[in-house]
Amino acid sequence: MNNRRAAFWLLYLPPMAWLGLFFLAPLLLMAAFSFRANMRGELLQWWTPTLAQYQSLLTESGYWRLLGISAGMALAVAASATVLAYPLAYFLAFRAGRRAGLYLALLLVPFWTSFLLRVMAWKFLLGSEGGINSLLIYLHLIQEPLTALLYNRTAVVITLVYVWVPFSALPILAALQRVDPALFEAAADLGAPPLRQFTRVALPLSLPGVLAAFFMAFIPTIGEYVTPLLIGGSSGSMYGNIIQDFFTKSTDWPLGSALSLVMLVGTLVLVAVAVRLIDVPRLIE
Amino acid sequence: MNARGRPWMLSSYYVVLLVLLYLPIGVLLLFSLNSNTTLSFPLQSFTFDWYRKLFANEAVLRSARNSLEVAAGSSLVATLLGTAVAVLFLRYQFRSKNVLLMLAMLPLIVPFIVLGVALLLLFSALHIERSLLTVGIAHTVVGLPYTFLIVISRLAGFDPNLEEAAMDLGADYLTTLRRIVLPIIAPAMISAWLTAFTVSFDEFALALFLAGTQPTFPVYLFSQLRFANRLPIMIALAVLMMVGSLTLVLVADRLRRAD
Repeated sequence: MNNRRAAFWLLYLPPMAWLGLFFLAPLLLMAAFSFRANMRGELLQWWTPTLAQYQSLLTESGYWRLLGISAGMALAVAASATVLAYPLAYFLAFRAGRRAGLYLALLLVPFWTSFLLRVMAWKFLLGSEGGINSLLIYLHLIQEPLTALLYNRTAVVITLVYVWVPFSALPILAALQRVDPALFEAAADLGAPPLRQFTRVALPLSLPGVLAAFFMAFIPTIGEYVTPLLIGGSSGSMYGNIIQDFFTKSTDWPLGSALSLVMLVGTLVLVAVAVRLIDVPRLIE
Repeated sequence: MNARGRPWMLSSYYVVLLVLLYLPIGVLLLFSLNSNTTLSFPLQSFTFDWYRKLFANEAVLRSARNSLEVAAGSSLVATLLGTAVAVLFLRYQFRSKNVLLMLAMLPLIVPFIVLGVALLLLFSALHIERSLLTVGIAHTVVGLPYTFLIVISRLAGFDPNLEEAAMDLGADYLTTLRRIVLPIIAPAMISAWLTAFTVSFDEFALALFLAGTQPTFPVYLFSQLRFANRLPIMIALAVLMMVGSLTLVLVADRLRRAD
């Protein structure tokens, strides 16, 4: 069939080569590196595989505790962001009317301001010499600045929820937009009060969007290291921060690779479970 | 949720969230106009000094230019590759189809820190100097799922019979792709390109690992965060970028409604 085959290779080879070289290969190299004993010698050379990194990983309970804490934080962030985003998506889907596009755009504009600076803005607000403290002192409501507002894990969680809420609204909105409004009328005709119309019609039909929203916040949060760096302080660090330390400060790349691989496998398993729950092809279409 | 009876509940929720979302941005705006370098009340005098200093600061402007270059280049590559995958996925049957789909979608799932250190390993092992190019390569990978999804959602809604018709009329497949498929997915490609651009422009977690001596704007900003007196200049630039984005959004909305 004329040059349909040529077109195939033209479309097939570049993305396959690109992703193979710059996505698959580095991850495989990282996996291989986690079975290396140390950093001595060239990075690309034959080494005898060893489980030494995994042994130290298993014996050091601090890593696992931090991984557990990070997963807990990601759970808290994703659940809060999804719950807060739901009414937003509901508003845009059924109440905003003709201007829904503009309302949605207004929600997303803050995303285009530097992420680092938005996080810093909270620091200016919450810090001991920051806006909230100095305003309260100026108004003589407190004498000493409140210090509990910053440099802990709660501050990290609050900041990340704030960052994800508008983003989490998107998949929920997409799911709600596919709900046929006639279904509400049908439910009403059958005598369902509004609350029941919501719990029996809108909510179940939007569940795939809800799950997608949850994971869209969960995955980046569990791998987060930047926000803890900025406002978490030493008591607010996450699993990602130890990986970063091993690759930048202490340059123990084999152990860092092992830690990183644990996170990768954990995330992939979680997503595989979620994909079973969500009907992915239906979301794509 | 009796929103039908009380529509103000949902709309006031929207307004409250909108205010909260814009609050830090308001703080940044205040900061960029405040002559003091800490945000303590009462505010001191207003000044445009930071904006004046911004345009005299070579390093800041260069980092912004670096970010523009990385974003422009990586979003272009990501759009071309994402489009290729989308066309393949909807128009061809082949055995490695699921492998390709997985490769194209997985960057959405792999945590950035994992991809960042893996690419750092690869480039170091191959003795490739870290530069804007290495940052750009990382950004093509994470931009690809977005461009793929945006283009495929447009292409999926389009009748393959049009292509059949073109080929019945004697066009070969490449010509059909160029003359029929490309014009139809062009708007989606533009939107994919814009999305990949914004993903890259503000990306920090990967860039911190992969930027060499030429920092992108977020990387440079990060290095300046501990100097309180340099911060207002950076914030001034961010405010200008923000005003630019907002204008774009409003103009695009105007155009859409004028259609």
